[in-house]
Amino acid sequence: MRLNLAVAICLCFWATGVFGDAPVEFNRDIRPILSDKCFACHGPDEKTREADLRLDDRASALADLDGHRAIIEGKAEESELIRRIISTDESELMPPADHDKPLTKAEIDLLRKWINQGAQYQQHWSLTPLVRPGIPAKKAAKAVNPIDVFIQRKLKLEGFAPSATADPRTLVRRLSFDLTGLPPDPAVVAAFSADPSPEAYARLVDQLLSSPHYGERMTMYWLDLVRYADTLGYHGDQVQSVSPYRDYVINAFNSNKPFDEFTTEQLAGDLLPDATLSQKVASTYNRLNRASAEGGVQPKEYLAKYSADRVRTTGAVWLGSTIGCAECHDHKFDPFTTKDFYRFAAFFADIKEQGIVSGANHVAKLPVPSEAESQRLKELSVALQQAETEFARTTPELQADRSRWEQEVKNGTDRWTVWKPKQVRSEGGAKLKVLDDGSVLASGKNPAHDVYVLDFSDSELPADKPFALRLELLPDKSLPRQGPGRAGNGNLVLNGVEMTVNQSPVQWQKATASHSQASHSPEYVINGHKHGWAILPQIGKRQQLLLAGQVTKPKKDTTANKQDNQGACEMRLVQNYVNQHNLGRFRISFSTDIDISKPGVSASEQLQELVKLPVEKRSTEQQQQIDAAFREATPLLSKARAQLAQLRTENDQLQKRIVTTLATSTTKPRTMRVLPRGNWMDDSGDIVEPGVPHFLSQIKSPENARATRLDLARWLTSRDNPLVARTFVNRLWMLLYGQGLARSVDDLGSQGEMPTHPELLDWLASEFVESGWDIKHMIQLMVSSHAYQQSSALPAVLRERDPYNRLYARQSRWRLEAEMIRDNALSLSGLLNPKIGGVSVKPYQPAGYWAQLNFPKRTYQQDNGSQQYRRGLYTHWQRTFLHPSLLAFDAPAREECTAQRPRSNTPLQSLVLLNDPTFVESARVLATRVLQESQQTEFEARLNWFTQHTLMRAPRDDEKTLLKSLYEEDLKVYRKQQADAERVLSVGLAKPSPGELDPAELAAWTSVARAVLNLHETITRY
Amino acid sequence: MSDFYSTRRSFLRQSALGIGPAALLSLLARDGSADGLGQGVISKPHFKPRVKRVIHLCMAGGPSHLETFDDKPTLREMHGKPMPESLTKGQQVAQLQGRALTCFAPQFDFASFGESGQRICSQFPHIGSVADDLCIIRSMYTDQINHDPAHTLFNTGSSQAGRPSMGSWLLYGLGQECDNLPGYVVLTSVGKGGQAQPIASRQWHSGFLPSRFQGVQFQATGAPVLYLNRPDGVSMQQQRRLVDTVNQLNRGFDDLVHDPEIATRIGQYEMAFRMQTSVPGLMEMKNESKETLQAYGTEGGDGTYASNCLLARRLLERGVRFVQLYHRAWDHHGGIKRSIEITAKEVDQATAALIKDLKQRGLYDDTLIVFGGEFGRTPMAQGTGRDHHIKGFSLVLGGGAVQGGKSYGTTDEFGYAAAENPVHVRDFHATLLHLFGIDHKRFSYKFQGLDFRLTGVEEAHVVKGVIA
Repeated sequence: MRLNLAVAICLCFWATGVFGDAPVEFNRDIRPILSDKCFACHGPDEKTREADLRLDDRASALADLDGHRAIIEGKAEESELIRRIISTDESELMPPADHDKPLTKAEIDLLRKWINQGAQYQQHWSLTPLVRPGIPAKKAAKAVNPIDVFIQRKLKLEGFAPSATADPRTLVRRLSFDLTGLPPDPAVVAAFSADPSPEAYARLVDQLLSSPHYGERMTMYWLDLVRYADTLGYHGDQVQSVSPYRDYVINAFNSNKPFDEFTTEQLAGDLLPDATLSQKVASTYNRLNRASAEGGVQPKEYLAKYSADRVRTTGAVWLGSTIGCAECHDHKFDPFTTKDFYRFAAFFADIKEQGIVSGANHVAKLPVPSEAESQRLKELSVALQQAETEFARTTPELQADRSRWEQEVKNGTDRWTVWKPKQVRSEGGAKLKVLDDGSVLASGKNPAHDVYVLDFSDSELPADKPFALRLELLPDKSLPRQGPGRAGNGNLVLNGVEMTVNQSPVQWQKATASHSQASHSPEYVINGHKHGWAILPQIGKRQQLLLAGQVTKPKKDTTANKQDNQGACEMRLVQNYVNQHNLGRFRISFSTDIDISKPGVSASEQLQELVKLPVEKRSTEQQQQIDAAFREATPLLSKARAQLAQLRTENDQLQKRIVTTLATSTTKPRTMRVLPRGNWMDDSGDIVEPGVPHFLSQIKSPENARATRLDLARWLTSRDNPLVARTFVNRLWMLLYGQGLARSVDDLGSQGEMPTHPELLDWLASEFVESGWDIKHMIQLMVSSHAYQQSSALPAVLRERDPYNRLYARQSRWRLEAEMIRDNALSLSGLLNPKIGGVSVKPYQPAGYWAQLNFPKRTYQQDNGSQQYRRGLYTHWQRTFLHPSLLAFDAPAREECTAQRPRSNTPLQSLVLLNDPTFVESARVLATRVLQESQQTEFEARLNWFTQHTLMRAPRDDEKTLLKSLYEEDLKVYRKQQADAERVLSVGLAKPSPGELDPAELAAWTSVARAVLNLHETITRY
Repeated sequence: MSDFYSTRRSFLRQSALGIGPAALLSLLARDGSADGLGQGVISKPHFKPRVKRVIHLCMAGGPSHLETFDDKPTLREMHGKPMPESLTKGQQVAQLQGRALTCFAPQFDFASFGESGQRICSQFPHIGSVADDLCIIRSMYTDQINHDPAHTLFNTGSSQAGRPSMGSWLLYGLGQECDNLPGYVVLTSVGKGGQAQPIASRQWHSGFLPSRFQGVQFQATGAPVLYLNRPDGVSMQQQRRLVDTVNQLNRGFDDLVHDPEIATRIGQYEMAFRMQTSVPGLMEMKNESKETLQAYGTEGGDGTYASNCLLARRLLERGVRFVQLYHRAWDHHGGIKRSIEITAKEVDQATAALIKDLKQRGLYDDTLIVFGGEFGRTPMAQGTGRDHHIKGFSLVLGGGAVQGGKSYGTTDEFGYAAAENPVHVRDFHATLLHLFGIDHKRFSYKFQGLDFRLTGVEEAHVVKGVIA
């Protein structure tokens, strides 16, 4: 019904088209029709081309095809194309009915007219060389800068005039949100309202462009384009560290880095000669794609996915093109071929990466120390060198001690007493057998979890002295992969060694192991950490766990059966972390020499073997091994060792603390082939070298030299490339005017919309290039126009004739972006922490929101303290579960490039503003402020303070009435129910309000503040 | 409203140049409609709709077809022998990369159920008891061998992120029927028979469609809908007063600025408030009869699959169009026998109870029930389990619009690849839309200059053989 109505309206409106009766122009009038209705079968894609007819190319369209010519210039009625599109024979009619894209009468007439006028083609507008158009001579009345001349020329043509300049308050608020993403300070609004002169406006623009928050605002948008996120994106969606890249982008915008440099550093910063740290950080761009750590991933498949992801993104970010569509087939509408796609992909074939991000641990991570950290690293490096020299010194005393030590180690084996259990049993039902060598072997049932209980009756353990215990894990043929564990992969997890001697528990002080799996430390056996101790990947070998401990408070046993119990010892080996990760074969030994568990003394069997070798038979390497072990053990070096250890610990901790990023490092380029139908398993396609789309100007690289990412970056911002400047200024325009001059900011190709003001777009693009890719200059230009500054009010005539503001007879208005809605509330309340940059932060989030994540399971840990109040831009970006308040307001998951966010209006948004603690807390803090800061105490005066500080204006009459009524009703409630008032006032981390304020009054004002923070006006930029 | 229409009309006039009907449809939907609810873009269905609502019981992790719905005696005989290389050569495997491929016998007996004699694994007697209502597609296949992309494909028709899920497409096309609950609700549960499959919110995202078509996930803990609960110390009456005040202030503002978005905003605050009042009642299972609770095998409200089935029925009853229920417990790489025993117990009874309950309440005839996972599992052993498998698996449909008691399609005798009547995931999508009266080829949305469809650019066919 709607559709029919729509078509009918289209038809009747045609006669008075908005563009008047100008001659038919291919790009404006014809290409959209042909592209949408015909190119799918008669366009660039050879594989789907029907009847050999190609309509995107003039020569082909005019060619003789078996006696027919689709188009005969000047003769519409003789052209086969016209005959077919008006045919009444359904078998002949084009487009075919099942294509479901019938031509309208208006479109048919246009095609006719076009052929009659000579069927002239034009190169697609976005591909034409960028030529700076002259500024129309006649200056318009309200023209502040050239933008207005273009805009007003067209307005006049359509019979419209620009709107009046917006009122100062609206203008400051608009400018502040547009340039910094934050509301203006009320004082700035007041000052500008007092002097709204052009000079004052220009100063304001300068101030905002110099604000460090400008960079943040631009970064918000850039991160959508490059799909910046803090997690991998696939399956387990584990965390990755890339925040230095975000800092780089913020700095780049703030320092007004020219866009060509900005481009080069991101695509190829690592390839620049003597690349700086910042340039390397910029190259993180290449690794922001989604990646998988899922176990069953086939690396080759995922490398193909990552590669395609980069082509899609780079094509979208810089070229404003959907080259990604050519992954499986030639593009249906634009001239991109699959070969173009894979040649483009080949630029990125040198990036060092893994198909499967093993253990969710990326390769090639670049540490990005702060200045202070760099300094300390240098100091530590010097100190470490000194300490190492000291530790490596040789003296006669040391030589003497060495002989003593070697002897001790030789004897070391003898100091362990193998302890054969008297009885063994498994609580889970496994079969345990004690072997001749004292070891225990498990077989039979392998329960999910188990506890092995060993009884030793003949203990010689001292009840009052520390002792050492050794648990050897032994390989055995009967075990999976020879064990020593019973899990399918030979692994095991030991969670506890619970031991009692004479019924008194043993307390363990220390645990070490010959090897431990990452995140499965031997310490976990004694501190109860649920991960326990495990040994992957060192399976099929002997391993040992050494424990040192002591029996706690030996019982003063006076019972009759004292004798029987003497020395009775029970040991429980607890295995309860992962299913079936039970011990396979093991042996227990003990020693009363506690030193034996120290490093060196408890030396591996291998070391003991080495020491037994006569000196002359030792190789240099063996000597070194022994020497290293000795230095770890000798008391003579204890001071140097401690010093070294302390420095190393500090160094390690510092290294770990230094934030890293996934900068690009280069490796031998992978072979890149055209993948037929995008099938990664098909190796039959041609091998391709890096190259840019065939129909654009080509990179001129020396013969036989492989083009690099650096060449790509330079090609993008070369004079010959018209797409990049057009794409970028069109998007800047969108940020400031609500829509692109070409509305489809993500597609300047054949299926995208023509710009409404092609000359203006080209003028801006030329200006951008000629200014040296100066972004601030362009923004300054765009916001200085009258078109920008005019009112966004929508009079009836514009509502009727230009509701989507394609003519710019007024400003547009729109709901703020997700992050800004948060920032606005925090800023108005004064809670906002204005710190720039740094790692991502975690604001309040409803409990359980991450329940669907696994590998590993995670619990969200919100940030406390000032990190709680950072701007939305810094929110931890969990791709598969983006923070729900951002998601509700259309922030993208950043799995793919987003050039334009949708702007929806949903009930979930209402729920966020009503109930999210961030907004309730902001309201509460605002309420505190109004009570403390408003000079007068009567409601109306306070309300005035309140709206001045939130909406930057005086309250309207209806607001006074409604908010006063809300205030009074809620005040009554909270006077009666003081406890409820206290509960409202306890929402959020910010400290409770000072005691002298009346909680009921504060709570009632919180209601007023919540109402204001929920207003459509509050979250909208007018 | 009149503003809204005049705005829209003049826009349509203005855009007469070269914008086709599909684009117009997109714009109609994109432009925030005055109520934000209600109608979809398809006011007149392409065919007579057979169903009004869907419940998708998503068995996340990839259930083995060989231990559920695909009886393979030959595979049983071949146990321990190498898989014929003619089948497996050059084909994808996931965790079995580089390992010997050995036949692994089905771990359970199958039995014939109902008058139709459908062959179903003995571990699913309750589902067996409704065998005559079920249409079992045994010849499904897909393109993606890892969980995340396979789920994405099953939900959105593409393994690339950023596309709308099928539930969002349906809301976009057909609108929603209830005015106090979201039209697309997602529930999840975990089991004890395997590692919990991570599920991305992308699976119910609206992609490039407006976000009001997004699925709303009900949480197992805390407020069922995110941010549903009022702040501490604020009563329902106070919240009502606040919402009323906000709406009146917005109306006053609209009088000054004439912004159609404000009317929508007011509608959304009303909807939000209705959700705050209706959802708690929805979650309250106390008024369910003892018989019902027993039939499902749950007390309700405990976040189990059974409880979610019951909640799903309550949602469908209230007019929710698309309920998606994930049971994240089917990734059985090892110990498949025990895992299937456990998981079958978690889902068998409640699934059958849901079907019977829908029938009893007269909802069965126009509900489509979909039961299955994102892919199947290998006939080859992975230790004591099975690896991911994409070339053949089973999907079960129910509801009045499908042929009950029918088996459609087969895999080869090893259960390896779809043999007779193969059904790709996008064929399932075409069929789903068809049952709703929508021609998948005529249902698109313009994004990045292209007309995107749920079924994508490849050929997709309505599986007529499953439709009653």
